[in-house]
Amino acid sequence: MMSAVLWSITVLALLVSWWRNPERTGKALQVSGRSLKGLAPGLLGMVALVGLALALVPPEMLARLFTFKGVTGFAVISLVGALVTMPAPIAFPLAGSLLRVGAAPAALAAFITTLTMVGIVTAPIEISYFGRRFTFIRQALSFVAAIVIGLLMGVFL
Amino acid sequence: MTKLLKRYRLFLSMVAVNLLLALWNPSLAALSGAKSMSFLVEVLLIVPPVMVLMGLLDAWVPRQIVEAHLGKDAGVRGAGVAILLGTAAAGPLYAAFPIALSLQKKGARLANVVIFLGTWATIKIPMIIMESSFIGLRFALLRLAFTVPCVLAAGYLMEMMIPADTIPEMTTEQG
Repeated sequence: MMSAVLWSITVLALLVSWWRNPERTGKALQVSGRSLKGLAPGLLGMVALVGLALALVPPEMLARLFTFKGVTGFAVISLVGALVTMPAPIAFPLAGSLLRVGAAPAALAAFITTLTMVGIVTAPIEISYFGRRFTFIRQALSFVAAIVIGLLMGVFL
Repeated sequence: MTKLLKRYRLFLSMVAVNLLLALWNPSLAALSGAKSMSFLVEVLLIVPPVMVLMGLLDAWVPRQIVEAHLGKDAGVRGAGVAILLGTAAAGPLYAAFPIALSLQKKGARLANVVIFLGTWATIKIPMIIMESSFIGLRFALLRLAFTVPCVLAAGYLMEMMIPADTIPEMTTEQG
């Protein structure tokens, strides 16, 4: 669904751009093509890594992790969220069912935040754009932020 | 040739791991391949249009506009614009990197670039609707309320820690 919207917007933008100035649009597409070419190695690596991780760590095992209690559970869940990147349409139903099984809301909040903000598997792509230093600091700060958000949620929920 | 090998090292080492896995446990290797393929389809549905949008952004949005709204002089308003841009977008975080870099090259300050990435990752209107329907409205709104200040803090902290000139030129130029 999301990608349908994305493609429609892109095609529309491209048509408007072409209508306004075909030459400039051609230049824009050259930039896009070069960028895509530069991204390809990182993307392929990430795709293979995610496939392997999903095969080695079955969803049932992931679900079992959430039954840990206390600080250990909180830490483990945040780390899993940082490693794995999951699309939101899968992450939220999973989080909802985990909540009904008895997972702590605080841990779930930290999990969702690390899941979306921190991605060890997407790090190679981020590095290719922004360099090691930026990537490391951003991911570390986001991880800390996820812990803070989780703890605050624990206090308020 | 060695440069090409180096750029593909992650992919090649993953292929090697899968081949070893195929010797030891063929069904697991097959599962890994299948999961990779379905993820590849997902990536191919998202990345090409984002790249085209990025190219158009590069060609049509003048530097002065980015500088005025996301640059040093934009102040608090710059953070607001960065948040709005982040929530309006669709797609996973790795799709945001090229757009963020292009904004940075056009004069957006680093704090605003990081704030843009943070909101892109965590705050999206369709995602909030999904989150409240699967987990609960109270949970979704509280998480939103705590996430915004954290994203802002991360943005300004990063700007203090990283001089902007340490960010490499677009690696894509190496072709």
